[in-house]
Formats: sequence, structure tokens, C-alpha cells
Amino acid sequence: MRFSYLEPEFLVERNMERCIRCQVCVRQCAFEVHTYDEASDVVSSDSSKCVGCLRCVTMCPTDALIVRQNPTTFKENANWTGRVIKNIYKQAETGGVLLTGMGNDRPYPIYWDHIVLNASQVTNPSIDPLREPMELKTYLGRKPESLDISEKDGKLTLNTKLAPQLEVRIPVLFSALSYGAISFNASKALASAAYEFGTYYNTGEGGLHRDLYKYGQRTIVQCASGRFGVYKDYLQAGAAIEIKIGQGAKPGIGGHLPGEKVSREVSMTRMIPEGTDALSPAPHHDIYSIEDLRQLIYALKEATRYEKPVSVKIAAVHNSAAIASGMVRAGADIIALDGIRGGTGAAPTTIRDNVGIPIELAIASVDQRLRQEGIRHQASIIAAGGFRSSSDVVKAIALGADAVYIGTAALVAMGCHLCQACYTGKCNWGIATQDPYLEKRLNPEIAKERLMNLLRAWEHEIKEMLGGMGINAIESLRGNRLHLRGVGLTDSELEILGILPAGR
Amino acid sequence: MKRVYANEAVCAGCRLCEIWCVVAHSKTKDIIKAFNEEFPRPLPRVKVEEFGPFSFALQCRHCKEPPCIEACMTGAMHRETPEGPVLHDPDKCVGCWMCIMVCPYGAIDRDETIKKIASKCDLCQDEEEPSCVAHCPNEALVFEDRGE
Repeated sequence: MRFSYLEPEFLVERNMERCIRCQVCVRQCAFEVHTYDEASDVVSSDSSKCVGCLRCVTMCPTDALIVRQNPTTFKENANWTGRVIKNIYKQAETGGVLLTGMGNDRPYPIYWDHIVLNASQVTNPSIDPLREPMELKTYLGRKPESLDISEKDGKLTLNTKLAPQLEVRIPVLFSALSYGAISFNASKALASAAYEFGTYYNTGEGGLHRDLYKYGQRTIVQCASGRFGVYKDYLQAGAAIEIKIGQGAKPGIGGHLPGEKVSREVSMTRMIPEGTDALSPAPHHDIYSIEDLRQLIYALKEATRYEKPVSVKIAAVHNSAAIASGMVRAGADIIALDGIRGGTGAAPTTIRDNVGIPIELAIASVDQRLRQEGIRHQASIIAAGGFRSSSDVVKAIALGADAVYIGTAALVAMGCHLCQACYTGKCNWGIATQDPYLEKRLNPEIAKERLMNLLRAWEHEIKEMLGGMGINAIESLRGNRLHLRGVGLTDSELEILGILPAGR
Repeated sequence: MKRVYANEAVCAGCRLCEIWCVVAHSKTKDIIKAFNEEFPRPLPRVKVEEFGPFSFALQCRHCKEPPCIEACMTGAMHRETPEGPVLHDPDKCVGCWMCIMVCPYGAIDRDETIKKIASKCDLCQDEEEPSCVAHCPNEALVFEDRGE
């Protein structure tokens, strides 16, 4: 290998007084940062290989390791920052597209942090969720135009035939994470946590492993452009079907699961030869228009006897509102919007960092547009892309979403440290890998408990926030933008979000 | 009786069980002192067996009818109660290593650093649960009574 101009991104520092040469770090780093020299009985570290996943730091029994950002800087330059220079060095050395994982890490405005919530004071009472019932249950799917109820002998009967609905305990679902991109243990943890908690997880385009069929009633099965693993039993196994048009991390481009990650099990689940690259085309080659989308939606509905809602997922882009309108008219029961901060297992850095729009603006504009057209009730909106906390969820629902998808937050709950090296397949935390040495590091039982704890914690917090606003059901918050105020936003941002500035 | 069981499906092969076993059987019970200052250092009584990606931690199974007790000519290898763990008394041990020869699991080691005696798991008698179990980061070791 030629001499590289790249300085290490991180420095691995070892406190020699604390190091006991137990070599846990050596055994745990798939990037081979640490090595043990038997002759001198010393463990040393090669910082240039470190991706900053902190596995060694967490596992070191004596806290002998510190990993920190390399403090070496280039000469200060507002245009030619260190990041820019390093990217050019990387491309000059490899001639390739820069790859990355996880969601956009650029400092675009995070509108959630510029929106504040209301609370009841004096004129209306707040509610204590520990003492009074609080309803977070949410139904996702097409709602009827009106309800036809008849009364006979004091008994009420609903005559309207309701469209199939997904029932979630709290308006938080696990977003699409394919088996292949993530390990079997990670998939199993998501599936079992969704099943036990009462929410849904999404297969992504990875198909459904035979051992996960038992969680089918809490599974949203995805049908993406590569059609991996899609067949009759798969469609019938899930509670809902999602057509994936786009993904927030990489709008407009397809997917690429490298052949190294296509293990025997992945190959059987995706129904492709072992070791071959799984390439998802950028578009669905049978969908070039809203009319084509309608055909696929109804083909899937027909295949599942109209018993399951069909969701259509798009990346949030400039004209999402108009597209969403078309999607609803094409027959989508659920619209999933994935914003610019949405995650991925692998994407070209330049796409991830520059394409799409923030989810906050997309929720507001899509909700607004569907309301104006009088079709908002025909589909539920699931928002995705960088939801970090229960307050983000509450704000999204007040903006007009019905529920949110969490992907990154779920991975972090399982142990992800956001090193963004998923695309290498060497995830030291056993999440984004198919390496048999690495995937068993994630105990699906522990991961399931951690996921359920996260959902439970958010459930409590959402109830507290609702109670503070004097609301006792999440339904009363949906699209209730009067409970939001903007701080530090421009007039046009406030107008798009449909909220008033704080103080008004 | 309560025994240590391995769940090989989630053993990460980190060997923290071995490290904490050494600490538990050290003089100071301090991890840094045990490794950097204590000589001779006790041997780990639990060993991670590896074959390719497959790994699990193995220690004395505390057999119902232990061949090591039967083979021990001095009574160094013994049980204090019929349901108790198989223990080793170094004062009685003469280092014949017959226990090592007969152990079907290879769970007893020679400990030549101290005396020519055997070294084996004592289930951390003074602790609530064995140190290897308490420190396994992935719950790949559990301490439970499975009625065996």
C-alpha cells in the first residue's frame, strides 16, 4: 500500500499503569487496532485503524483506554475544513465513491430543537398520568369518510366496514432495518421487542427469516425495488405491507448489500445466491408514475385479500406533499416519510449528506396538503428520520404525524455507538454484521429488554408531556399545532411548520 | 445444585470470565494489583474454549459422581456436603495429577506456579454468584439450578 496522507481520525491512548495485558481489546476489535507482543508483554494500538466505536473502551476491565478525536488540525480555513481535505485525500488515494453508514451528521438545523411545547397553567388543569388514565394507543390505516351507526333496542351497531388497521401501544414503531444489513440477533431483538411491547418492526428489504415468522403479526413486511424475499407466504406473514420507494439517507438511489454480507442464511432469506451482491435498483422498474404505484398497491392488496394495510415509504424531498397526495389517491393506507437525517447501513456520503429535506418540514407540508385536499383521513402518516427522544415524537405528532419510526434510536438502545462504519460489515457491537465471530456479541434477549425499556421510558415521558398540556389522549394532540411554538425560526419556516413564534 | 452454564450462542470470546476469575482468586482482589503486582498470579479456573467462531467458557461441572474425588488418593479433592461443590484442599494435595487424568471435561489444570498442585473452579464460595458469571458482559454464563 502506498504512503497515505491521512492522519488517524482518533487517537487510542493506553494508560500503561492500568493496562493488565489481558488482551480483551485485542480480541474485541474487528478492525485490528490492538496487538499483543508476547516477547515484551505489551499491548499496543494502531490509531490509524480505529473507527471510534468504543467497543474496546467499554470492554476494558480496568478503564485503561481512552479514544479521542485526533487533536491535530490543518491550518484554519472556513472553506477547506479538515473534513473536506481528508475526503479529497481519501478519493485521491482510492478513486472511489466515499461510503458511510447511519444518518446525516452535518449541522443542518434540527427543528425539533427550535420547537417548544405548551403546558396548562391556571386556566385549564394539567393531568397527572400516574393518577388518571392516559391513552396512547394509536390505529394506523385508512379511516372511513363517515360512520354509519344504527340503534336497535338501545344497542348500537357499526355498519361501516372499517379498513384494516395497525394497533400500536404507543405511536412509535421500529423502522425498516433489513436482515443482511443487520445481524440475525439484531433482527430477532427488534421483532421480539415489537411483539412483546405491542408495536411493529419492519423487515426492510431483507425478507423474513424463517425463524421470525412467529412474530408475523407484529411485522411490517417490505416490498422494495429489489423484491428480495418477496413471495406469497412473506406477504401473508406480515401485519402490513410497505412499498419502499425511497429512504431518507439516500433518496433517489438504490441499495447495495455487498456479497460478503450475503451469508447462507441471508441468501436463503433474500432468495439470492450466496455471496452475490444484493443490488436494489434505484427505482422500482414497474413504477414510473402514480398510476403504476396504484397497480402495485392493489396487486399487493389483492394478494392479501384486502386484509392488510399497505404503506408506501418515500424519502422526504422537495415536492413530497404533492407526491403524498398522489400516493393517497393511489390507495396507500399509510404514508411513511423518511427525512434527511434517516439512517442507513451503507450510502454514498455525498448523497446522505446533501439530498432530501428535514422531516419536520415534510410532516408539516404533507399534513397540510392532505388536509387542504380533504384526504388526510384516507392515510396515516408515519414520520422517520432521526427521532431521538420522546419529545421529538410528541412534537412530530402535534405537527401532524400519526406515529414515528425509530431506527437509529433503536440501534443505539441495542449498543450502537454511531461510528458510522456499518458498511464495513465489521460492527464490533454485533449489530451491522454477518460475521459469525461478531454477531454473537449481541445477545438478543438483552437487546430485546433494552428496546422494551426504551419504549416504556418514552411511553411514560409522552404521558407526562400530554398530561402537562392537559390532554389525556394522543388523538387530541394529533395535528394540534397550537401546542407548539417556534424559537429562533424565520417567518417562512414558521409558516411551513404552521406554528406561531414563542411569545405570540 | 446451582451450577454455571454457558450459552455458547452469545459468548463473545472476550475472556473477561478468565480475567475476573484470576482476580477473584488473587490475594488483593484488585484487578490491577492482581495482574501487575502479584507473582505468582493465580491461574484462571475457567477457560474459554474456541473453535472457529464457536466459543464458550468451561469450568468444573461439579459432577454428581466426580471421577476426580474417586481418583484422589489423599482426599484433597472432596465435597463438604453431598449437594455442595467439588473443592480442592491444597494442603492435602501431593500433586499426583490423577484428577487431571480422569476429569472428562479437562477442567482441572496443573498449577506449577504455587506448588505442584491442581487448580479448579470453587464456584467462588464466598460470593453470591461466581465472579465469571457476574462479569460476563453478554450473559453468556448463568448460575442456576437446573435440577441436575
